This record gives sequence, structure tokens and C-alpha cells, in this order.
Amino acid sequence: MTKIDSKIPEGKLAEKWTNYKNHQKLVNPSNKRRLDIIVVGTGLAGASAAASLGEMGFKVLNFCIQDSPRRAHSIAAQGGINAAKNYTNDGDSVYRLFYDTIKGGDYRSRESNVYRLAEVSNAIIDQCVAQGVPFARDYGGSLDNRSFGGAQVSRTFYAKGQTGQQLLLGAYSALSRQINKGTVELYTRYEMMDLVIIDGRARGIIVRNLVTGKLERFAAHAVVIGTGGYSNSYFLSTNAMSCNVSAPIQCYKKGAYFANPAYVQIHPTCIPVHGDKQSKLTLMSESLRNDGRIWVPKKLEDAKAIQAGKLKPTDIPDEDRDFYLERRYPAFGNLVPRDVASRAAKERCDAGFGVNETGLAVFLDFKYAIERLGAEAVEARYGNLFQMYEEITDQNPYKTPMMIFPAIHYTMGGIWVDYELMTSIPGLFAIGECNFSDHGANRLGASALMQGLADGYFVLPYTIQNYLSDQISVPRFSTDLPEFETAEKSVYDMMKKLMNVKGKRTVDSIHKEFGLILWECVGMGRTKKGLEQAIVRIDEIRKEFWSNVFIPGELDDMNPELEKAIRVANFIDMGQLMAYDALNREESCGGHFREEYQTEEGEAKRDDKDFMYVSCWNYQGEDKKPELLKEELVYEETEVKTRNYKV
Amino acid sequence: MWLNNSSIGRKLVMSVTGLALILFLTFHMAMNLVALFSVEGYNMVCEFLGANWYAVVATMGLAALFVIHIVYAFWLTLQNYKARGNDRYAVTDRPKSVEWSSQNMLVLGVIVLLGIGLHLVHFWSKMMLVELTNGKEFVINGNAISPTDGAALIRYTFSQWYNVVLYLIWIAAIWFHLNHGFWSAFQTIGWNNKVWQSRLQTISLWYTTILCLGFAAVVILFGAGIL
Amino acid sequence: MDKNISFTLKVWRQRGPKAKGEFKEYPMKDISGGTSFLEMLDILNEELVGKGEEPIVFDHDCREGICGMCSLYVNGHPHGPEGGVTTCQLFMRKFKDGETITVEPWRSAGFPVIRDLMVDRTAYDTIMQAGGYVSVNTGAPQDANATPISKEIADEAMDSASCIGCGACVAACKNGSAMLFVSAKVSQLAILPQGQVERVRRAKAMVAKMDELGFGNCTNTRACEAECPKNITISNIARLNREFISAKCKD
Repeated sequence: MTKIDSKIPEGKLAEKWTNYKNHQKLVNPSNKRRLDIIVVGTGLAGASAAASLGEMGFKVLNFCIQDSPRRAHSIAAQGGINAAKNYTNDGDSVYRLFYDTIKGGDYRSRESNVYRLAEVSNAIIDQCVAQGVPFARDYGGSLDNRSFGGAQVSRTFYAKGQTGQQLLLGAYSALSRQINKGTVELYTRYEMMDLVIIDGRARGIIVRNLVTGKLERFAAHAVVIGTGGYSNSYFLSTNAMSCNVSAPIQCYKKGAYFANPAYVQIHPTCIPVHGDKQSKLTLMSESLRNDGRIWVPKKLEDAKAIQAGKLKPTDIPDEDRDFYLERRYPAFGNLVPRDVASRAAKERCDAGFGVNETGLAVFLDFKYAIERLGAEAVEARYGNLFQMYEEITDQNPYKTPMMIFPAIHYTMGGIWVDYELMTSIPGLFAIGECNFSDHGANRLGASALMQGLADGYFVLPYTIQNYLSDQISVPRFSTDLPEFETAEKSVYDMMKKLMNVKGKRTVDSIHKEFGLILWECVGMGRTKKGLEQAIVRIDEIRKEFWSNVFIPGELDDMNPELEKAIRVANFIDMGQLMAYDALNREESCGGHFREEYQTEEGEAKRDDKDFMYVSCWNYQGEDKKPELLKEELVYEETEVKTRNYKV
Repeated sequence: MWLNNSSIGRKLVMSVTGLALILFLTFHMAMNLVALFSVEGYNMVCEFLGANWYAVVATMGLAALFVIHIVYAFWLTLQNYKARGNDRYAVTDRPKSVEWSSQNMLVLGVIVLLGIGLHLVHFWSKMMLVELTNGKEFVINGNAISPTDGAALIRYTFSQWYNVVLYLIWIAAIWFHLNHGFWSAFQTIGWNNKVWQSRLQTISLWYTTILCLGFAAVVILFGAGIL
Repeated sequence: MDKNISFTLKVWRQRGPKAKGEFKEYPMKDISGGTSFLEMLDILNEELVGKGEEPIVFDHDCREGICGMCSLYVNGHPHGPEGGVTTCQLFMRKFKDGETITVEPWRSAGFPVIRDLMVDRTAYDTIMQAGGYVSVNTGAPQDANATPISKEIADEAMDSASCIGCGACVAACKNGSAMLFVSAKVSQLAILPQGQVERVRRAKAMVAKMDELGFGNCTNTRACEAECPKNITISNIARLNREFISAKCKD
């Protein structure tokens, strides 16, 4: 069996990153000009990496799927970004941020990576402030903090409810500066189709120009993908419409291990599904849980009456309300981590206490906050979110409780990377949500922004040099090489095959059907039987897709239906990989909940003896089950405990 | 030169010339008001200005302001028309907070310009121009009128009903043009912010309304034969 | 509960930048009021694809009003008649049964049509590249709290910074002017201490690029702020004017 080498540096946990930086190989400035790096994606990770690499003097080719780098989906993050600044003097430290993240990830993440993340978190805030990111401030002029799920300190920095937007615009401005200087070349409305490998190293990509529909080739000394997660496999998720998993899946098929695909985060505070025509789900910031109280009726008959529209939520007196999070988790209350909150909501709805007409929603009530703080203070904190909610649902959250339900939001799994963020293909790096690295089995709120920017600003620009230092004598590659030829042809053939199916079903109709299978079987509660069924049903869907899909338009012209079809083909492969991993992992941890493995109280039950590893899936070919490799997780500094948010 | 080759520069020229013209209108209106109280007083003003060197210089300056304002207006409008692209919207709808006048400044400007033409024929050609060309007096309905007898000229001009109508239309166009132009000029210079936006618009409304009422009063009172 | 409505959709179809476009009408039946405008277009596209026709091309991505990708001119307004929202946040309950809804692309020389309702807004990126940043390298800047910034300034900068770059201001402006967009960025960085060093250069460079790209001259009609989905105000434009004029006077 292949041995997995995660290249964790020697030394004590707190010294590893410093040691690494002191001893890694560097590339001198005159040589940097001769090295090309492809960065796919312009989200927090991609844009910050492209900008930083450009500043250092590398020649960077940066690709994005939207019409502008500023539209990457990082922009939609609302709540905030964590850092161990301890500005609020509540006892925070790098170690505590590290510890909370490890614990939040249910002891399924790599200690060394997480410690490094906590270490660089402070520099991110400094960097962003220097760029002119308008973080919220208090009257004294200092940065303001708020608390988030899974932590007992206030360490979250925020810019209204648009933190992701402001951080992305910061990275985008740094990127714009480099484009102006000519160190970064930007390609918008391009989608990565395949990875090109020459002599075992990643040396280029095949992309599709979404405006002309033509395939194009780009070569470089190293390839970095920062293309986000795979939530859209489920069809309905909080991700943007163009978020897709094609780039990681193509890398996986070229030999990059896919790690922990089963770890999917279900966000507890989304607006419930309203009909079968819905295209995506809308997230309400987790920060709402700071002041909102979550409840369902205590009496089943009340719940039924609400579902039937005979009773209004405001009709139910306090003593008949079940604040189930406060009841079950007194210490953290409404601020338990996302996976715990989501599962608790599912548990109540499964028991019949759900509150909208489908029975798939719970209340998030601001009545108490308004009584305590006044409507004005609540408006100042959450005004824009309330407005958004009212716009979508036509209900006024100041007067009646909001209704929320969990939805697929983020994927902790991703392309496997070592300490240097390099995948198992030399020269191919993965950053941001696209890699599996730092969140283990569950991500804490406000940590995604931190990880994306840590990877892009402060980790990759260093570690990539360790790889490139011996590439300085390698001349630039021609895109006429046979490897490019073959890769482009295989993409073209795949598209041609899709166009030639000429079946009867639209891409979306198949995607929706597939998404429902995933949500049922590989969603919040998973069972052995369900997963085994899912694998078979996904095979059937794949056959249906490749034999009955219909795509209008031309192959080599702009064709949004063809774009969607290519993405769905990859989502289907991704879904199956998720099912394999979920089936293999016979324990419950973080976002992965196997119903067979729970405590009597319904909490997740880990199996540290048999499953304290990262599952790395190694592609074996079409129609073959991928090979499972294991990266054992070793905890040197932290005592592995059962997560407990009760006391 | 940045006043020519930057959009803000060109707008600054519009704004400064516009404000200067508003200032001129203010003086003009003040002088007109004299006629409401004292015909002799008004004629004294006319005599004081007449075709004296300072009045001629000021008139030339004024003409230059007009020409610059008008040339830039056409230039900007042409550029803006091009910037709109080849296809036009099939459906357009003006949001409530957008003044009608703000989107029709050129049309209003052209009406104002035609009015000025008429006004020059009615008054300037019979006053300053006559003096400059050494004409002594002119004859209306058999009566000889001195070029400095402005009051008589006013009385004569507005004794024709269609002139009253034309002048009122003209003044209305000026009202619309200035109502937007006034605060807009401050905005272009940069003397505006969130607080002053509504203040400036209110000042703009009052100022132009008083200005135009002043002008209209002369037209109406003389036209109605009250004075 | 939301009622269902039926209406006629009049959509601009145009094959490419040079091709001649025209309106096509599509009858829509029983659309739930809780459907978003873009979901309604999805429904139509599903029908079109089902009939073997090519779907209507339009830009869209996050569908929660923050990415700035969606760009439809609906019934005479960018992002539709509803104020303070993007097209993706516009819901069908805001329309009447039986009405005709006209959907057009942004029309401006600065934003050429790519296909149907999709336009090219690269010009905005180009303007940003001319100077919409603080020149600070990744590394170790001073501590984030080293320079205090008053809450008022931070909040005001945030208001300016909330621009999503959708282009509605240009689409709404009869002059095709990009002043609201440019001024929002210039304002944000002009009032924050971090932006001071490059303040003069930035205002000049961004305005010069904006002019070069063929956007029109601002005539203060205020249509941009009325249609801006993020309620960016023209006080930003006043500030940009101030910044630019004083920068030029210093030359």
C-alpha cells in the first residue's frame, strides 16, 4: 500500500512553522521571473495567492469562471473571520484558537496544519486592515469583535454582514494591483477542464473559454487550484450557481488523492425550501444565533396546528416552547457548533415538531432580544439580514419568528494536500475550501475565511518555493507538446459525447434527481443501507445522464447548458465518492453522522481506535472502486476527547 | 488641459459658468424689480449701464460665459449620447427621486437659448446695440423712444399678449433648468455630502423660485397693464 | 401564501455583440409569487430546452444579492422596479397577474452585449486595476489596532465599500456614466488612513481610466443612486469630484 507522507516538519508543534520557514528552500528574485504559476480561482484563496505570488515576482496566470474575480463565492460569506488577537482580553491565544478548531473539527484534522492556521490568523487581520478593509470598529477606534458558534471567546472580526465581500475585495484589490503591474495575467469567463501532467508533474491546464466555447491550453511550472468545494453536488445548497467540482475531480482522475469526501457541512440557519422550482438556498448568517433563540413547540398538537396554518407562532406561550438547544447544551446553548445545531433541528423535525407547512423548519426568535435590547439595537445588528429575510419570505422577523432549516453549505473534504499544500501530484497545489486540510470533520463559523486567506497570503507563497527551487533550470513549456494535445482531445471527446447523447431530459432535471438521492442518503443522517443504495442509484443516474441528457446549441460556441452538463457529470462522480467514504467511515464525527453510531442521547459517537485517519481516495479508473489510503492522525499536543458542548 | 480632457474637468467648466450665469440672473432680476417700484429709478439704471465701457465689457464676458456653457453642453451631451451605446432601452421609467429636469437639461437649455434670442431682439438690440451703432432713438407706433428708456420698452413689449406668453414659457424653462443646475453645480465642484444634499436641493428650489417669480412679476404686471 | 400569476415575458435576444437583437415574447403560466425572478427564467429555460431551443443567456451566480453578477433591466429599471435589491432578490409577488414584463440587457457603450442579456463588464475591472487599491505587499504590516479609526469613519467607509460592481449605475444613467462605481471605491480609500498615501494618484488614475473606456459624463441626475441595489449615495460622487479637482489643482 502506498505510504502517505504529509511532510510535517520536525520539532514541537508551536515551532514547526517557524522551523519550516527557516529551513525551506527559496527562489531568488531573478529566477522568480522565469517561473510561471497557474492559479485557478479568484476567491479568497486564489486571489490572495495570485496577488502574493505576483508581488514576489513570479509570473502568474489567474483564471476565473465569472466575469470578474470579485464575484467568486467567497464574497457571500457574511459572519466574520477568526483571529487569535485577544483584543477583547477574554483569554484568547493562538493555542486556544488552535484547540477550538481541532475540537470543533472533531479530532479529524492535522494538528500541525491547524496550529499554523491559528498562528498566521493574526497576520491576516493586519494585512486586511492595511489594504483598507473597513472592519467594524468601536467608538474608541479599535476593532470590534463578536462571538461565534463553538468558541467561548469573542475572536470574530467582521464588516457588517458582508465580511466575505470586504475580505474578497481586499484580495481583489491586491490582485488588481498586480494585474496593473503585469505580474499577473487575468483570464475571466474561463473554466478549467483538465490538468496536464508531463513526466509526473503538473505542468498545465486545459480550459474552456466560456464566451467562445473553444478549448485553450496554458502551461506553467506549477498549478494551484483554489476552486472551492462540492456542495453543489446536492443541487440545492447555499453555494453560488457556478460553484462546481470539475477541477478537483479532474485532478483526482489524474492521480491526486481526494480526502474525506464524506465531510460535508450542513449550516443550521438557512431559509427553508419553498418549492420544487427553487434554484438555491439562502443562508442567514450564523451570527443571528448570538441573539436569536431557537425553538419548536413543546406539544406535538401545537406543531401540527402550526403546520396546518391554524396557529401562529406568536400564539404559543413561552412555557409551551421547547428551546431544545438551550435544553440539551446548557453551556453553549444556541451557540453550539453548526453540525450539532443542524442535527438537533433534524431530530426535532423528524420527531414531528417541525413548523412550516412541510414540517421542515424550526423557529429562530428575536422576540427576547428585542425585549432585552430594544428593536433599534436589534436592527443595528441584524437589520440587513432581517430585510433580506423579509424580501424572500414576505414575513417580518421583528413581529414573527424567522423560520430556518439546515442546508448544505461547505465541504470540509477536498483534494488531499501535505503540509506544503501540495497534492499527491508533484507541482499541483490545492488551497482554500478546495483542499481538505484544516477543518477536520466540521468547520467552525468564521474559520473558512481565515483558512482561505491563510493559504493564499501566508502559506502557499512560502511552501511553493520549496517545490520551485529546483525548477529554475526548467525552461517554459510549449503547449504544443503531445501531453497537451492528448489532454485537450480527451476533453473535446467528452464534450462531443455529451452533445451527441441527444436524449430527452434536461441537465437540471437529472441534477435535481441526483441531488435528492444525495440529500436523502448522504445528507445529515447516513446509514449503511442508505449508502449502499446510494452507490447503486448513483450508478443508475450516471447511466441515465450519459444516455438521456439533452443539450441544445453548439459544442464550440457559448453554451450554458453544455457547461452545466459537464459540471453535473463531475458532480455525479463526486457524489459516488462521497457515498464510498461515508460508507467506509463507520463512526459519527462532525458533519458525518452515521445513525448506527450515536450515543443514547443522540450525540455523535466517534471511533478513535479504528478511524482516526484521513481517508484518501486514489482513483483507479472508470467503473472501478477507488483505492482507500489512510493518513493516520497523530495528536501530540492535544488530548483527544469526546466533544462536549453541554458543560 | 484637464478642464477639457477629463469628464470631471468638463463638468467643472459647466458648473462654474452656470453659477456665474445664475449670479448674473440674480443681478438682472434685482434691476428688473426696480421697474416695479419706480419707472424713473429703472431708467436711471438703464442710463447708468447704457453702452458705457464697463457695461460693454461685462456684456462681452457674459456672452463668453454663455458660449462656453452652451458649447460644453452640446459637447458633453454628444459624448453622453455616444456612451449610451447603439441600442436604446425599449422601456424606461424615471425613479421618483430623479428630477425630470435633470434628464432634460439640454432641451431646457435650448428653450432658454431661444428665449435669450428673443430677449436680445426685444431689448438689447434696441438699447445697447442702438447706442453702440450711434443710433439715437427708435420709433415705435410713431413714438420716438430713447434707448435708455427701458421702462417704455418693457411696457411696449408686454403690451403684446404673445410676448407675455413666450416670456412666461421662457421663465418656466429657466426655472426647471436652474432648479437642477443650481445644486448640481455645487455637487460637481464637490461641495456636497449626505447632509447637504437635501439642504442644497431645498436652497436650489427656493432660490430659483424667487428668482423666476421676480422675472415673472415684471412680465405679468406690465402685461396686465397694472404698471 | 403566495399566489400564482401568469404574464407575458418580453425578452431581448441577441446572438452576439455585432448581431442585431430583437424582442421575443414568451407566455408564462402559473408562476408562484415566491419564485425569484431568476428562478422564473430558469423555468422558462427548462421549457425552452425541453422544446429543443437554446435557453436565454443571462449572468447570475450567488443568487443572494452580493456577487453583483445578475444584470437584468426589468420594466425600465436595472434590477427591476423594486428598490434596494438585485435581480436575484426580486420576487414574482411584486408583479401583477396579466402584465407584460420587459427584460433587457444593460445598455451602455461601456458594457457591450455578449449574448442575449449577458454583457461584458470588464471595464470595471480595468478601472479598479488603474488604482482601486492600497499598495501594500503581503507580509507583516503593523498591528491592525495600531491606527485607531473612528467608528463613524469606519462605518462610512463600509457604506462606500458595499458596492457590488454590478453596473446598475451605468445601466440606469442616461449618460452611461460610471461615476457612482468609481466614486464609491475612491471614497472608501480616501477617508481611511490606509488610503492617504496614494489618495491623489488614485483619484486621477481611476477617473482617467474611466474616461478612456468611454463612460459618459455625470450630470447629477441621481438615477444611479436611485437604482443602486446597495444604496450607494451620490455623496460619494461629490467626494470624488472634490478629490479629483483638488488633485488636479495641486499639479
